[in-house]
Amino acid sequence: MEDNILEIINLSRSYGKFKLSDVNIVLPRGYIMGFVGANGAGKTTTIKLIMNMIRRDSGEINVFGKDNIKYEMQIKDKIGYVSEQPVFYDDLTVDWTAHFAKKFYSNWDDTIFTGLLKRFNIDKTKKINQLSKGMKMKTALALALSHRPELLILDEPTSGLDPIVRDELLEILMEFIQDEKRGVFFSSHITSDIEKIADYVTLIDNGEIVLSEEKEDILNRWKLVRGDHRELKGLKEDLIGLRLSKTYFEALIKDIDAFEKKHDTSSLVVDTANLDDILLHLARREN
Amino acid sequence: MFIPISNSDPRPLYEQISEGIKNKILKGELLPGDALPSIRQLAQDLKISVITTKRAYFELEQQKLIITRPGKGSFIANYDVNEMASLNLLEIEHQIKGVVAYAKRTGVLRKDLEDIFYKILKEEY
Repeated sequence: MEDNILEIINLSRSYGKFKLSDVNIVLPRGYIMGFVGANGAGKTTTIKLIMNMIRRDSGEINVFGKDNIKYEMQIKDKIGYVSEQPVFYDDLTVDWTAHFAKKFYSNWDDTIFTGLLKRFNIDKTKKINQLSKGMKMKTALALALSHRPELLILDEPTSGLDPIVRDELLEILMEFIQDEKRGVFFSSHITSDIEKIADYVTLIDNGEIVLSEEKEDILNRWKLVRGDHRELKGLKEDLIGLRLSKTYFEALIKDIDAFEKKHDTSSLVVDTANLDDILLHLARREN
Repeated sequence: MFIPISNSDPRPLYEQISEGIKNKILKGELLPGDALPSIRQLAQDLKISVITTKRAYFELEQQKLIITRPGKGSFIANYDVNEMASLNLLEIEHQIKGVVAYAKRTGVLRKDLEDIFYKILKEEY
């Protein structure tokens, strides 16, 4: 059996009207998984469930092969977690924040922290409220990496950040998994970041997992098709999120090979779909 | 080792990488025994996913162009010269097919295509 760093099995949790249902996700060691979905799709809820910050209704979560509630302390000692809005004391300096954080971890290494601050150009004598948004994220990342975690969980780390900071983050993540024992699980609605470096992509929509596979397989199979209105006949049941414009239609298909076997595509345009295209057409399906 | 990959290339990334390396072998830029960067290093370097580079190397292993020794890394294999030559011919066939498809698509006549081909052969080869 393959060694999975994160395993989510039939996870469910309801919140008033919102329901996260039957979530299944598997991340093998050594890889990066991007967790994609629109705002409110259930990304943060899933992550909070992994971190045992909220209770699950049913299902199972295993981190490093161990139940995340039963072995919570042991597991969290090896998780680096960056939340959507990192909780800091605004009046504390970066140095004091680290001083406070390190007490929770058995493997804290000051040289890692100092090295990362230097690399990020962060002055550790600065107070948290003197830092820019990008600096805050980088501080949170430095804190999350300094106890030598094996699994890094990042909730929307790139949202609201400029391309330069986002690129720095991607670089850090790639460095992190040079050690094949580690893994990264990060959520984002900026799909271009995920499309670059993620090995696996999990797409969540309205509390349900739409797909969770190797990124390359997804991008090789899911395609956009365009064509003249009169070509539509007979295709409709295989089209997702059909959009009709005046002169043509555009839709998503989930398996180009099956589609080409079933239909004559010679007068259609088959185009690559990126993760944004997939999200958009899936969202349109519901309306 | 520069491997040209492009977002506007319709081929999947792993294929661009494996063919990029294959081309370097065909051209003699990479020789038997030469070490390749590790799968993870190459992914980091190109800022692409590990699975992509892994698949590229897997393709090359299947074609017996590289060998991977666990814990040591990947190396250019002692490939068979005849096999390389036939691979090269395959590549040429592939490229000519592309040109013919383009000619067909743009309505160029078979006769004109032949004329161009022989003219170039005469001038360049």
